[in-house]
Amino acid sequence: MIANIEISDALLVQNYVAGNEEALSTLIKRHESRIYGFIYSKISDRDISNDIFQDTFIKVIKTLKSNSYNEEGKFLPWVMRISHNLIIDHYRKTKKMPLFRETEDFSIFSVMTDDSISIENKLISDQIELDLKKLIEELPIDQKEVLVMRMYQDMSFKEISEITGVSINTSLGRMRYALLNLRKVIDKHQIVLTN
Amino acid sequence: MAKNYVKNSLVIKAMKPKKEVVSFLLNYSKALSVVKVDNRNYEIISN
Repeated sequence: MIANIEISDALLVQNYVAGNEEALSTLIKRHESRIYGFIYSKISDRDISNDIFQDTFIKVIKTLKSNSYNEEGKFLPWVMRISHNLIIDHYRKTKKMPLFRETEDFSIFSVMTDDSISIENKLISDQIELDLKKLIEELPIDQKEVLVMRMYQDMSFKEISEITGVSINTSLGRMRYALLNLRKVIDKHQIVLTN
Repeated sequence: MAKNYVKNSLVIKAMKPKKEVVSFLLNYSKALSVVKVDNRNYEIISN
């Protein structure tokens, strides 16, 4: 594993072209999160993102196997570009990106809205997050541990119980007490945690 | 729980493709050969 990390993308590509199939596996494992995350950020649909990820690497494999790849050292940007083009193809096919042209009678801003929260709301929201983190820090360690793993790291109670070495029921109990304790402190000090 | 104060945006998720997709790609790669004849590429998939 350590050896794999040290091998550059360019060398892995070279090895793969030379017939080492394991090199492809290493390349995919190394970059799957970034590439899939990039696709998902544009598509917001897991199944379609998987399809585009698959099509991206089919292109990669075909190009490498036909010796047409000539961008040594720039493997990731090259793959990202392929996936980017496939994302555009996807939107062209589904026609979800209608083309609007600015004319005298039509302004693009009449159909575009800004859904992002205002700066004021963002500040309030950040303050709430900060207050909440401070409150969480005050919890007993075992409760804090479970709460952080569940809420911030999105782990299942099964995973939490495996990592902390306690039963699922104990983890659930700790989570319950963590929330109860948080509510108690919030009520006691009349802290407002809403935006 | 009655209410979650923690936003989903705070959740750190490693986005990964399905294992089946990766497995398909690795098998596809093993099965695929590209042969060049007269400046044309022919793809051969072996079973």
